[in-house]
Amino acid sequence: MKLAVKLFARARDLAGTPQLEVDVSEPATVLELKQALARACPALAPLSPHLLVAVGQEYAGDAHLLAAGLEVACFPPVSGG
Amino acid sequence: MIQLTNDPIDFTALTEQVRSNAAGAVVLFLGTVREFTHARIETQAASLAEETPGDMKLAVKLFARARWPIVKAAIVHRLGTMELGDISVAVAVSTPHRDQAFEAGRWLIDTLKEVVPIWKQENWDDGTKEWIHPGLKKP
Repeated sequence: MKLAVKLFARARDLAGTPQLEVDVSEPATVLELKQALARACPALAPLSPHLLVAVGQEYAGDAHLLAAGLEVACFPPVSGG
Repeated sequence: MIQLTNDPIDFTALTEQVRSNAAGAVVLFLGTVREFTHARIETQAASLAEETPGDMKLAVKLFARARWPIVKAAIVHRLGTMELGDISVAVAVSTPHRDQAFEAGRWLIDTLKEVVPIWKQENWDDGTKEWIHPGLKKP
């Protein structure tokens, strides 16, 4: 399945785009998504183990299962405040 | 209630929002841009549904997880370019007693800095920009 992944901050700069489409098997885990992101965009490879993933606006751990049509966002550690 | 804004933060109004006859204590925390090698700070927020400032679901859950008897709490985070001395974030919280208010305020700002998808970008004098990501090596 194809997933549209929104990217933020340094992840967006490295990828050069705010959204990246990645191809993963269905169902895929968040960990598999991170690996697919690194393959689809090698510039993201050093960052991918550290990316936080939000699915439908909720944080999701590496084992979380993804399905087609979900809203997925990836970003490096946050620094607001 | 957590709000994002592009405008200067009105912390007096924010403090008034959390005052209550049920609360004997109100604590206000302000995060400000400090003197730091002439850096200006740019922030970007991930409002995942649409990329316009607004409330963030991820952040709203903060209140549900707090361990203190919060009467009211309000947080505003400013986005966009900020200069030295500007207020980037304000946290106001009210509880029945003062120990709870200090502890809840501390927990809210600490947790915000860990989980709310907002990033600082430092803009250096030489024109370069750098996202701040705690725990990651600089690019």
